[in-house]
Amino acid sequence: MTKRQKVLVLYLKFPSLEAEVISWATFDGTGKKLHMTGDSDEPPYPTGLDALLDGWRLFQSSQSIPEHPGQEFRTSYLKHEFFFEKIEEGDF
Amino acid sequence: MTKLLSTEKMAEFANSGCLFFEGLIDEDINKEFLNDIGHTDIDDVDNIQHYFQNIKSSSSIPRIPAGTALKDAYPLNSPLEKIFKNEIVSGAINSLVGSKTVVDHQFLHLTFPSKYYAKANQRQMSQVNHQDSTIDPRTTFDIQLFYFPTDVTKEMGGTRYIPGTHLRIVNEMGIAKYQNIKGQKNIICKAGTIGIFHNGLWHGAGVNFSDDIRYMFKVRLQPTEKQELLWDPEKKYQPLPNRALYWTDETKDQTINDILMRSYPWQEADTNRLDKINVVKFWRLLTGHKKMDVDYWLTRIENELY
Repeated sequence: MTKRQKVLVLYLKFPSLEAEVISWATFDGTGKKLHMTGDSDEPPYPTGLDALLDGWRLFQSSQSIPEHPGQEFRTSYLKHEFFFEKIEEGDF
Repeated sequence: MTKLLSTEKMAEFANSGCLFFEGLIDEDINKEFLNDIGHTDIDDVDNIQHYFQNIKSSSSIPRIPAGTALKDAYPLNSPLEKIFKNEIVSGAINSLVGSKTVVDHQFLHLTFPSKYYAKANQRQMSQVNHQDSTIDPRTTFDIQLFYFPTDVTKEMGGTRYIPGTHLRIVNEMGIAKYQNIKGQKNIICKAGTIGIFHNGLWHGAGVNFSDDIRYMFKVRLQPTEKQELLWDPEKKYQPLPNRALYWTDETKDQTINDILMRSYPWQEADTNRLDKINVVKFWRLLTGHKKMDVDYWLTRIENELY
C-alpha cells in the first residue's frame, strides 16, 4: 500500500471558508482521474466549508496583503485562494 | 460601406470584453476558405506539423509583416479579404481600433479530435487559461478577431472564455492554475461566426471530442489612433444623469449604464467593485467624457477635499 495526494484548490468570493466558490482546480495524484482546464462548469462544492465537511484538509490560504499605494484600483489575479488535500492509500 | 457599432454594443464590449456575430459570413465564403486551406478528413491526417506545413505552403493566407495596414494585408478576392470587407466586420473593426488599424499577427488554430491523439498515443488535454501575448498595462487596447469557418458544437470544445476578465492585468499563463471559473463559456456557433475579443480577455482552447478538426482563424489588430468615439463620429453620445443607488427606482428603464454595470459570477465580492470602477474608467476613454461616471463609483472616491 502506498499513499497519494489529491489536491483541491478553491477560489472564494471573499476571504472566509464560508464564502461561495468562484473558481476551482483539482489534481489527482492517484491517477484515477485526469482533470483539465474547462472540464466542469459547476464547482465541486458550493463553499469552502463544504469541502471541509467532505473531508478535505486545508493546508494553505492566501494572505491579505494591502494594495500598493497608487495601485489600489488595479485588478489582477483571483485573490482568495485555498489549497486542500486528501491522502489516499492504495496500490497505485 | 461599413456599419459602425451601436453605443449599446460598445457598452457591451466595454463591460464583457467580447462581441459575437453569429453566422455572419456566407456559406460560400466559408467553403472557399476551407477549400483554400485544404480542409480534409481527420483520417487523412497523419501528423499535425505536416498538415500545418501544407496549409502554409498552399493556401492564399499570406505572411504579413507585423505592423502592416489591414487594408493591404490580404490578397484581393481571397476569402479573408472578403471577410474583412464585410460591412459588419469592417464596421466593428473601425469602431474599436479605427480604420487605420495594423496587423499584429495572425494564426490558424487547429484543434484535433480524440481519434488523432489515440492513434498517435498522445494525451489529449485542453489548453490552459491565459491572456494573450504578455502583461499589458496600457489603456489603449488591441482586438483579436476570430473567424470560425465551420459549425462548432459543444463536443468540439469551442474556445473557452471568461466574460468580464479583460481589464484584469495578469501575465499570460499566470492564470493557468484556474482550471474552471464560474461563468466560463465556450464559443459554440454556426459556421461563419465572427468573435471579437479585447486583447486582455482570459481564454483557452477546449478539447475536441468530436470526429472533425476544429478551425479558428485569428488576427490581432492594433490601433494607430486614439480609440475615442470611433463608433460615433458625430459625437452624439452624452453620459446619463446620476440615478438612485441601492434604494433604487425599479420603474426606470434599463439603460446603457445597466450594460456597463453587469457583474459576473467569478468576481469576488470586494474586487467586483474595482472591476466596475475600471469599466467606468474604460468608458471614459472610449467616450472622451473624462468626468463621466456610472453609479457614483468614481465620483465618490474623487471627492478629495484635502
